[in-house]
Amino acid sequence: MEELITALTIFALATFVGYFVITKVPPTLHTPLMSGTNAISGIVVVGALVVAGASESGLSQAMAIAAVLLAAINVFGGFLVTDRMLQMFRREGPGG
Amino acid sequence: MSDQDVINLINFCYLVAAALFIWGMAQLRRPSTARKGNWVAAVGMFIAVVATLFDREIVSYEWIAAGIVVGAIIGAFLARRVQMTEMPEMVAVFNGFGGAASALLAGGELKRLYDSGGSIDSDVGVTIALGTAIGAVTLTGSVVAAGKLHGTLNSNPILLPARNILSALIAVAVLALGGLLIWATQDDSVSQESAMLIFVGLAAAALLLGVLVSIPIGGADMPVLVALFNSYSGLAAAAAGFAIDNDVLIIAGALVGASGLILTSIMTKAMNRSVINVMFGGFGQSGADVTSGGEARPYRSVNAEDAATMLAYAQSVVFVTGYGLAVAQAQHDLKALADLLAKGGCEVKYGIHPVAGRMPGHMNVLLAEADVPYDQLLDLDEANRQLDNTEIAMVIGANDVVNPQAHSNPGSPIYGMPIIDVDKAQSVVVMKRSMASGFSGIDNDLFYLDQTSMLFGDAKKSLKSLVSEVDEIQKSG
Repeated sequence: MEELITALTIFALATFVGYFVITKVPPTLHTPLMSGTNAISGIVVVGALVVAGASESGLSQAMAIAAVLLAAINVFGGFLVTDRMLQMFRREGPGG
Repeated sequence: MSDQDVINLINFCYLVAAALFIWGMAQLRRPSTARKGNWVAAVGMFIAVVATLFDREIVSYEWIAAGIVVGAIIGAFLARRVQMTEMPEMVAVFNGFGGAASALLAGGELKRLYDSGGSIDSDVGVTIALGTAIGAVTLTGSVVAAGKLHGTLNSNPILLPARNILSALIAVAVLALGGLLIWATQDDSVSQESAMLIFVGLAAAALLLGVLVSIPIGGADMPVLVALFNSYSGLAAAAAGFAIDNDVLIIAGALVGASGLILTSIMTKAMNRSVINVMFGGFGQSGADVTSGGEARPYRSVNAEDAATMLAYAQSVVFVTGYGLAVAQAQHDLKALADLLAKGGCEVKYGIHPVAGRMPGHMNVLLAEADVPYDQLLDLDEANRQLDNTEIAMVIGANDVVNPQAHSNPGSPIYGMPIIDVDKAQSVVVMKRSMASGFSGIDNDLFYLDQTSMLFGDAKKSLKSLVSEVDEIQKSG
């Protein structure tokens, strides 16, 4: 129970931080924001690694490895495509 | 190092990773720092993954390595290959992958806990059920959304008979199976096999629910759905974090969940809708005829030569672009026109409504791809301030978002919707194929104003002729 309360506290505080950080993102960057959060939700890879590594049965390991694969797609795909978009955002000026 | 030292070190690395995620996202508040911010978050992810691999509970690395390498290759391939017009599909698919990963993680953890023989805490049971349900709904809902956005599936709303009752029944089934799973994990008399069977049933019901939620939603409402599933993918990760008691999953999941919810709320406000209204049907799906009266009203039509003359001598122009511009693949032609005007001393800006593209911020990315500098991209409020002192507002491929009925006609479905007030400009040029109405089927009063000129035709062709006409005027002048 104590662990649950701690976890809920962390969740609530992180939600507040997220709210204040993300309301500052201008509309012009909302698409990179979404693809960037795709990458961050790939954090599931960390949990999947723990479960995959610690499992003893084939089924549990198979599910966790599948989760590792999907989350890794999100992490690599998300960060790379976000970078690809953000490098196109240029300021006005000589030489573009 | 003792085992406890290793655990402390890993948890410290998770704290650093979470801080880097927040710092990285904070740098998205300006285009100039955003790219660095993305890499800061990526470094956080790298630290979290490397730290995890030091966990002494991890015994088999081969399959893990294979999973990461294959995932990295697929992810990098998709990131390189995707067209900017396809970004909504890509984000939708990634939302789905995130949801699926969380659901699989929840199932894998459930099986592992049974294998290890210990009892399962009640809160772990609850969060496993939550992670499974949210993750599975997100997977199929996102895949249907991506299919509709890509045109693989019919983008019109598919309305099953009694669909709301059917969805409600399935939703109840998801809740019931979730409750059953929680009970099963707490009752030692329930066998492992039965509990896993209930897990599969819960996942299956939630997968079905995701489909049922998505298929009635029309193409124009897709941005809301994609933003909502973006949030769910984060919440599913947070639920999985609760289940395995991992703080970095909870923090990152909460950040993504908050981000998706904020974007959902921005989009529904910009569309004059509520999430409930989008989910259970509204005017996005009606082709209803709400034109006023039906009698033809007079409007002024101009040709490219006339429009070019207006533009060539203007001191200030605001382009208001909608997704029609991207459909016509005319962003580069618009940029060419803007460059010519700027060379002649005209101040050029772009006014972008939140729903201009097919996802939040989509139009900005499409214009950035065409080398439009970001300081020329104005959001709704900035555009409306700029239009007070603008000679020409030029509307390309947009309709409902510039319809003054949003202010003037309380009976209109778009009444109260925030719009770009192009009618404040001294003159307005509207580029359009024909007088047909927008997706909402509402007649646009803007087209009949005294200062409005209609330039009919394909946006790409019209822009090309405007470029050559303006060029000629500038050379001769």
